Amino acid sequence: MKKKRVNFIVVAMVALSMSAVWAQEPTAPAITTTEMDTMPGMDHSQMNHGSTPGATQDGMSGSAQDTGHDMKNMNKSDGMDSAGMSMRGGSAPVDARDPHAYSDGYDFGPIPRPRLADEHNFGSVLVNRLESVMTSDNTSATYDLQAWYGRDYDRVVLKAEGDIDNGTLEEASTELLWGYAVATFWDTQLGVRYDSGEGPDRTWLALGIQGLAPYWFEVDATAYIGDEGRTALGLEAEYELLLTQKLILQPRIEANAYGKRDPELGIGSGLSDMSAGLRLRYETRREFAPYLGVEWARKFGETKDFARAAGEDPSETRYVAGVRLWF
Amino acid sequence: MKRIFQPSLVLPDRSRRRFIQGLAAGGAILGLSPLLKPVWAREAAATATGMAPVLSGTEFDLTIAETAVNFTGTPRMATTINGSIPAPILHWREGDTVTLRVTNRLTVPTSIHWHGIILPYQMDGVPGVSFKGIPPGETFVYRFKVQQSGTYWYHSHSGFQEQTGMYGAIIIDPARGNRIRADRDYVVQLSDWTDEDPMSVFAKLKKQSDYYNFNQPTAVDFFRDVADKGMGAALDKRRMWNRMRMSPTDLADISAHTYTFLMNGTTPAGNWTGLFKPGERVRLRFIGSGTQSFFDVRIPGLKMTVVHVDGQDVEPVTVDEFRFGPGETYDVIVEPKGDRAYTIFAQAMDRTGFARGTLAPRAGMTDEVPALDKPEWLTMGDMMGTMSHGDMPGMQGMGGIDHSKHAMSGGMAKGDVQDAQVPREPGMAVAAAAPIRVRHARTEYGPSVDMRVDAPRTNLDDPGIGLRNNGRHVLTYADLHTIGGPLDKRGAEREIELHLTGNMERYTWSIDGLEFGKSTPVHFRHGERLRVILHNDTMMTHPMHLHGMWSELQSPDGRFLARRHTISVQPAQRVGFLVTADALGRWAWHCHLLYHMDAGMFREVVVA
Repeated sequence: MKKKRVNFIVVAMVALSMSAVWAQEPTAPAITTTEMDTMPGMDHSQMNHGSTPGATQDGMSGSAQDTGHDMKNMNKSDGMDSAGMSMRGGSAPVDARDPHAYSDGYDFGPIPRPRLADEHNFGSVLVNRLESVMTSDNTSATYDLQAWYGRDYDRVVLKAEGDIDNGTLEEASTELLWGYAVATFWDTQLGVRYDSGEGPDRTWLALGIQGLAPYWFEVDATAYIGDEGRTALGLEAEYELLLTQKLILQPRIEANAYGKRDPELGIGSGLSDMSAGLRLRYETRREFAPYLGVEWARKFGETKDFARAAGEDPSETRYVAGVRLWF
Repeated sequence: MKRIFQPSLVLPDRSRRRFIQGLAAGGAILGLSPLLKPVWAREAAATATGMAPVLSGTEFDLTIAETAVNFTGTPRMATTINGSIPAPILHWREGDTVTLRVTNRLTVPTSIHWHGIILPYQMDGVPGVSFKGIPPGETFVYRFKVQQSGTYWYHSHSGFQEQTGMYGAIIIDPARGNRIRADRDYVVQLSDWTDEDPMSVFAKLKKQSDYYNFNQPTAVDFFRDVADKGMGAALDKRRMWNRMRMSPTDLADISAHTYTFLMNGTTPAGNWTGLFKPGERVRLRFIGSGTQSFFDVRIPGLKMTVVHVDGQDVEPVTVDEFRFGPGETYDVIVEPKGDRAYTIFAQAMDRTGFARGTLAPRAGMTDEVPALDKPEWLTMGDMMGTMSHGDMPGMQGMGGIDHSKHAMSGGMAKGDVQDAQVPREPGMAVAAAAPIRVRHARTEYGPSVDMRVDAPRTNLDDPGIGLRNNGRHVLTYADLHTIGGPLDKRGAEREIELHLTGNMERYTWSIDGLEFGKSTPVHFRHGERLRVILHNDTMMTHPMHLHGMWSELQSPDGRFLARRHTISVQPAQRVGFLVTADALGRWAWHCHLLYHMDAGMFREVVVA
């Protein structure tokens, strides 16, 4: 009973993150109310439910006279929060200023213009999880890293995740993606994923979105299309709770769903597995943090049956110890 | 070229222990045993630090090279001009033609920009804009007529060389008598030093923009707020910030976690000391040479009378404290009395560290060093301008809104009389009095922008975050009145509006949402008088420096305030200034926070 409740919360969180992702700036003019409406415990009286791009623009960008006039009614219709909501993203109004208008056609001179950092490439490797995983009857290792190289709004992204048990790569998933910034906090990612390890390898096309949802939830949601009509959906969400400046609690959830059963890999169709973890890390420096954690993992549907048939426990509690590092 | 050395200063504490404030004898790499020195340090000349030598005359030879320095206990290489940090003080005379031969002994190109100096654009020293830069091994000859007087400075405009030591003061004597009388005259140049490679600092910010911020809201703060104010208020205070994914403690991108703050090339422990005789009038020429640091300067026990700003004499205004950013200069007169020392205390805006020196009748005397103020959270007004009125239901307790009026300063706009009595949020009345039509660029609606301010604050009487209601009389821009009024009495023939933009999470900085690489030049028509509006769509203060032409700052109601070369625009603030486009050529215009400039908050101006 208790477990069910936990799962319900997890599902709710996933749904929440999903709606936050898809209701974000890229698809909606102002930060939409959808996102807010799904937030539990929000103060709806402050929301601007009727917000439309045009109206918001007029209301907020209008003369200060309007602003002053509106002040009295703000808490009723155009609350502060809605003002905040129109403060980024969206689509430019038709009369928005042309940023090149002041050039009057002038271009840079004969001397090659400076190349500043916006035209330099940067790169990063983040090993988010490099951990030893202990269950009641086994100890294995997991790695989960993300690297990127490129510019501010355009970059190559490499994601690699895998489990190593008894010295063999049990399952590994590696993605090579083109990340492209589409909104303040969101990048789309398009590329390929290659699964290897025990059982047959699988190749997928990947299309995802990664970024920061309201309240600092880091979200990564990707849809996959494989051969033989296979489809999959993967979702990860993380939060960084600063207990102190260096002691950080990281709740993390992950869920996977498949459109088609894949018995060779023990995967059923529908929601196949989900995990929720808490990792407590101490950043000895920003780039290096050892951690301890616990994770609850559960398989669902036919995937659960496959696991049972293979003699595995479809739900387990894992204790983890590892390091998070980046450079 | 005549070399005059300032009176040599005895450092009171010669201990080589590593202080958080840096080494006492900053730069004393010579003191290390030869065996302990790294190879390069054995070969490289040591950097002279502390009060810079003064070079006077009309002919100057400046050599740029790497020299060894040690501010923290770890020897490092600096990029220096004539081997000192700061670089030599250049002492010119108005009306002279000066010749400066700059020789590059580095392995990379370099340049020198004469900050605030009016000159032909080819002499302005911005690689890729005014000239090609100075390649390794070559000498570039700068020659121009000095048409102004006052306190200015010079620095490299190449890469991060300014961060690694290339900055010095310029003092120009007026052709006709000095309005400001002083018995003593000191340059007080404030800067920031990091042992890290500045490019590595920049790369870290690209990967994790809050890397250097160790004042972030934590669960501990949250529970303290719950205990103090209740759950509701504690949640309210955080809701907006968290939903918007903005940090209320993003006061400086780079903190004392890596920075050691310097006063005249001297660490706080080294304690630069300027001597005085009790009763003397002492002129202190403060120069903001921090690459990424705003400083809040005060001298406990002394009033400071601000007399000269950005090289221009201003109506004297007496204050306890002033904030200034990279690029700005403030000359103050102090009149220390008695046989005691006074601490010159310059805390960084993010309150993580400070530069410090001492005024004393005798070397070796010190006064108490104040504690750093506690860092404050940015307010909603810093995010949304005048939208954040304190009367708004649902806003109580959010981000510590400043309900009470901060100290009204003397220069408060006279047109605001009707509001002067009413306690208000800074900016409210002015915004209500003068309708503002905000025109965001169409490129501000994408990933490069994390915030657009639709109802900016236009008032200039706000000293800024961390200085409001601190019990001290803090200078504001509203207090500044350049003597003699504007250079050009014409009104503006047209108006251009530029928005200062960025995305803190991605660590991108831009103008109108476009980094420099995506921008086109801004055209000023030769001879025109135009009004420039800078509208800050970010939560940080940006010191905007227009090369080659004066920026004549206006009050919100359009009256002349002060002639500036660098104007700091506060979060969610909108300022206007007039420019006479009398300087043909190509000029740089940028945020003088070096890391913002390098990220792309930079424009080329074409006057044609």
